[in-house]
Amino acid sequence: MGMTIAEKILAYTSGKEEVKPNEIVVVSPDLVMSNDATTHITIDIFRKMGGVKVKRPDKIIFVIDHNVPSNSVQTAEVHKKMREFAKNNCIRLYDGEGVCHQLLIEYHAMPGTVIVGADSHTCTLGALGAFATGIGSTDMAAIWVRDKIWLKVPQTLRFEINGKLPDGVYAKDLILKIIGDIGADGATYKAMEFSGSTIKNLSMDGRFTLCNMAVEAGAKTGIIEPDEKTMEFLSRLRSEQKYVLFKSDSDAEYEKIYYYDASEIEPMIACPHTLDNVKPVREVEGLKIHEAFIGSCTNGRLEDLRIAAEILEGNKVHPDVRLIISPASRNVFREALKEGLIETFLESGAIVMNPNCSTCWGACQGVLGDGERLISTGSRNFKGRAGSPNSEIYVASPATVAYSAINGVISDYSREV
Amino acid sequence: MKIVGRCWVFGDNIDTDVILPTQYLLLPDVKSMSKYAFEPLRPNFSREVKKGDIIVAGKNFGCGSSREQAPAVLKELGVAAIVAKSFARIFYRNAINLGLPVVECSSLYDDVREGDVLEIDLENGVVYNKRTGKAYEATKIPEFIMEIFRCGGLVEYMRRG
Repeated sequence: MGMTIAEKILAYTSGKEEVKPNEIVVVSPDLVMSNDATTHITIDIFRKMGGVKVKRPDKIIFVIDHNVPSNSVQTAEVHKKMREFAKNNCIRLYDGEGVCHQLLIEYHAMPGTVIVGADSHTCTLGALGAFATGIGSTDMAAIWVRDKIWLKVPQTLRFEINGKLPDGVYAKDLILKIIGDIGADGATYKAMEFSGSTIKNLSMDGRFTLCNMAVEAGAKTGIIEPDEKTMEFLSRLRSEQKYVLFKSDSDAEYEKIYYYDASEIEPMIACPHTLDNVKPVREVEGLKIHEAFIGSCTNGRLEDLRIAAEILEGNKVHPDVRLIISPASRNVFREALKEGLIETFLESGAIVMNPNCSTCWGACQGVLGDGERLISTGSRNFKGRAGSPNSEIYVASPATVAYSAINGVISDYSREV
Repeated sequence: MKIVGRCWVFGDNIDTDVILPTQYLLLPDVKSMSKYAFEPLRPNFSREVKKGDIIVAGKNFGCGSSREQAPAVLKELGVAAIVAKSFARIFYRNAINLGLPVVECSSLYDDVREGDVLEIDLENGVVYNKRTGKAYEATKIPEFIMEIFRCGGLVEYMRRG
């Protein structure tokens, strides 16, 4: 029996010929990421485990991205603790350079590898053909001590998507449609493999958005087979080209295969307070918004900013709306500057922030008050995630968010194109 | 392992951000975070919960973020176990690593009221509700995970080698 790409990577990394779903494998992860949302707790657990120095500092990346720059004495202390630990252990630390997953894309992640991160959206990196998954602090501390983690091989769900997405419809709409269909627990513990002509034709930025949100259906990872586009993307980013390319076998066993016709997808929006409360944007059009956010590990990349700028060009943000834009990394910011996108944002009246998790994380920038409504390109709409428990978050594509910011109400851009 | 306690009942898709909101994640330690457990849903929870209480929930408990602070504050407050129809995977794994028993049991939920006293038999995968007098079948926990629970978490488990 053949294997899926997820199974092949786990077999390869654990030194086995073959693995099967539900089998437990022990692996030394190739790349390990920890950020300022949890590292301070992980350091305490590491010490409780008797850890003195981390075993493989060369594999570990620290990223300060959740509260950047620090917004309180308490945050500053957490950051200090993280910097000091990184220094003492020779761990590479990125401080304010961008959102962790975006930095791993730009500098470190490779196809065919196992990547673990103490952040649920680590699955973003599956778009490079890696097995990438989120873990908690105790597992993270144990890896620092032993350079090992046990993983259960997940069943794979295959999403076969063919056809052309209509104009004004993007990867975000596609993944929201899928989560709405299968539910917020529709892929719990499973790998979501995306394939088909739509995925082939999707940009890398779009592929990252798809895999990023796999966890919102409960998945252990989202994954896409690497192709020429992946290779071309990586060759522009780094000179080192040491990686193994895996593809799913034609006789691989899937728990289920879902088929989608991309031409039937329309702009979608996740309504409060769960990610599977998904509706076509047209059904909630006209709902007043107070804040709009474009950014995050889901949709803060160059393509997202280009889409937003095209819509904002020559327009002004509605006077009752704050539009907050945070590029996903310094490199994205720099490119956006070069292309004149930042100028367009400023001209439209948007607030342009430094690269960080920003409003999506809800503790640092653009925090909402009672009764306020946010439309966001982020990944989550949980109750109170962006501030007051009595606020609301709607999650949509950069096009829907930018267009709604101009109109002051939730609006469907696809009818304009 | 047998756990007996009074239960609190929550709904479906209880996410990590509701269990512990983002703005409290960077407090210096779990003890100071624990005051804010479930703040958006039940602001009095941390004051009213008693050591040994059990949380009962619907499907997908703990969905969302990987923040281990979520199960950690519940353990800190003395929650003895969580019984849910299903769990999100990172939360489930984090709870095990912290030695906080998590029990999958789908039949109990529709038959439970807040305040019911439950008895959980972890080894045999049974939850007994003293009010209804009925026993409900739960997913049996594999032996290596039981061993982590018996040790009180992965830290202690690793220390014992």
